[in-house]
Amino acid sequence: MKAAAIALPQFNTRLWLYAGSAIGLVVLASVPGFVGLYQTQLLTYGLIMAIAALGFNLLLGYTGLLSFGHSAYFGLGAYTVAFLLQWLGIHSMELYILMGLPVAAIVSALLGYICVRHTRIFFGILTLALSQVLYSLALKFFWVTGGSDGLRVPRPTLLAGMIDFAGSGGFPRFIRSYYYYVLGVFVLSAAIMWMMVHSPFGKALQAIRDNETRARFIGLRIRRFRWAAFLLSGTFTALAGILWVPLNGLTTPDVLYWPFSGEIVFMTLLGGFRNFSGPIVGGIAFTFIKTYAVASTEYWQLLLGTVLVVLVLLLPTGIVGALSQISKRLWASKEIAT
Amino acid sequence: MSLLRTIDLHKHFGATHACDGVNFTVEQGEFLSLVGSNGAGKTTLVNLITAHLQPDSGEILFEDRDITSLSVAARIKAGIARSFQLVNLFDGLSVFDNVALSIFARQGKTAKIATLAANDGEVRRETREVLAEFGLAAKSELPAGELAQGERKLLDVAVAYALRPKLLFLDEPTSGVSSAEKAQIMDTVSSVVRSGAVTAVVIEHDMDVVFRYSDRIVMMHEGAFLADGPPDAIRANEAVASILLGISAPASSNAA
Repeated sequence: MKAAAIALPQFNTRLWLYAGSAIGLVVLASVPGFVGLYQTQLLTYGLIMAIAALGFNLLLGYTGLLSFGHSAYFGLGAYTVAFLLQWLGIHSMELYILMGLPVAAIVSALLGYICVRHTRIFFGILTLALSQVLYSLALKFFWVTGGSDGLRVPRPTLLAGMIDFAGSGGFPRFIRSYYYYVLGVFVLSAAIMWMMVHSPFGKALQAIRDNETRARFIGLRIRRFRWAAFLLSGTFTALAGILWVPLNGLTTPDVLYWPFSGEIVFMTLLGGFRNFSGPIVGGIAFTFIKTYAVASTEYWQLLLGTVLVVLVLLLPTGIVGALSQISKRLWASKEIAT
Repeated sequence: MSLLRTIDLHKHFGATHACDGVNFTVEQGEFLSLVGSNGAGKTTLVNLITAHLQPDSGEILFEDRDITSLSVAARIKAGIARSFQLVNLFDGLSVFDNVALSIFARQGKTAKIATLAANDGEVRRETREVLAEFGLAAKSELPAGELAQGERKLLDVAVAYALRPKLLFLDEPTSGVSSAEKAQIMDTVSSVVRSGAVTAVVIEHDMDVVFRYSDRIVMMHEGAFLADGPPDAIRANEAVASILLGISAPASSNAA
């Protein structure tokens, strides 16, 4: 009896994981069949934000480091795509990704090397300061970056040029194809992230998060792990920026500015940073909430602020955290009843 | 050859000499207790040997090799591990993962990123063995933060033990638990340590426990060694008795 009670939740989490991701995937794949173009486009943005938040949460949820400068890596991805187009005339989405990721990894490694020398508030301030440096570079070097006008990025070709969107009706075709393209990249990214956080490396990050002293006394080299986590986190968030820019058609310094870093923090908290799927839910939910807030009221920032306050006070574990607590409670009461 | 030797080790904090020229030796295979009143310098000595602190002067030799300037990680690799007085665990991770991480770290597998930790059969097997030895097998899937205090103390030792050290420092493995649990914890710890042929140095306040489990007892007072010998000799030592009576009269009268 006792053994069964211990074994059950374990069995359940595995089952929930497989069932949940299968259902989620089927739903996501069938959405464009049910909703209009605009909703599909919004959901594409949502999936992209989910990738950004997943990357961010490798630092916050799994390593215990709160970055207030992740706009830097998102913007880095976006601007790298714009430069690849401008300087090398590249129009292929795959080349954007393949060439953008190493650039993002190198810059994340450099900036991360500085940031992980500190933790807590000092870490947060350093990430914020460095992101503001990139922001002012993008703003001031207008002959390279277009200044506050930004740089235009038209629709690229997909799948090594097999699909292009020239000619009439290009936009709806692009949205429908690009949705599935982003969904594919999202599934792959989430799977890679899931493996990373469940790998020995990921466990070591969580150990460092929980207890730095003890982690040192089982022989882990703390700073090296934090650096690696920073590099991976920045690269993931940059991937989101790479995917975002063709959809938006334009990159401006806004994606490097600190309020956008705040939004990445917000969406992760909204979904719940203690759960793997929290940032995914948060990224999608935030995109829809913000879009409707902006559309329905002039005071959308006030509305979002209220959501944030309610969130912190009532749902500190986010949407996913709250749902899992409720389901656990239901499960427990059923256990007692039977 | 002694397993560990410190030569004229000094460490002071302001005007306090926590370690005042300590020459400490640990022989292969012994179960040694380090005793003394609060502030006698016991934890400082362990901190110096495990690289938690750097000495002001002096040398630390492990297996006749000078390790004074080695990092924490390098000393662990050489074979020195420790547990903590105030339990230091990875509270968000399961009991299983707490121990498994020590094994991953020891085997140099913590850089592995493209494989699931749960799929490493070798590590899983060893983790289960260690948890069974410490009587924690039934709790393996619980988060470490949800264990009772006595179990947390045991897990803290298990995490250090899973590094398979040659020399294991246990800083008050029974502090903060009831007297009934103390015996149970010490029985488990001493039997695991002895069966694993690990040399252990235990910091302990409870003299009943100390006399019962130790091969040798070293008494520290104000940063220096006051007495050093087998339990019987320490029991008969008047200087020790006077200090013990001075600091904890009820406990020592109980012991006598």
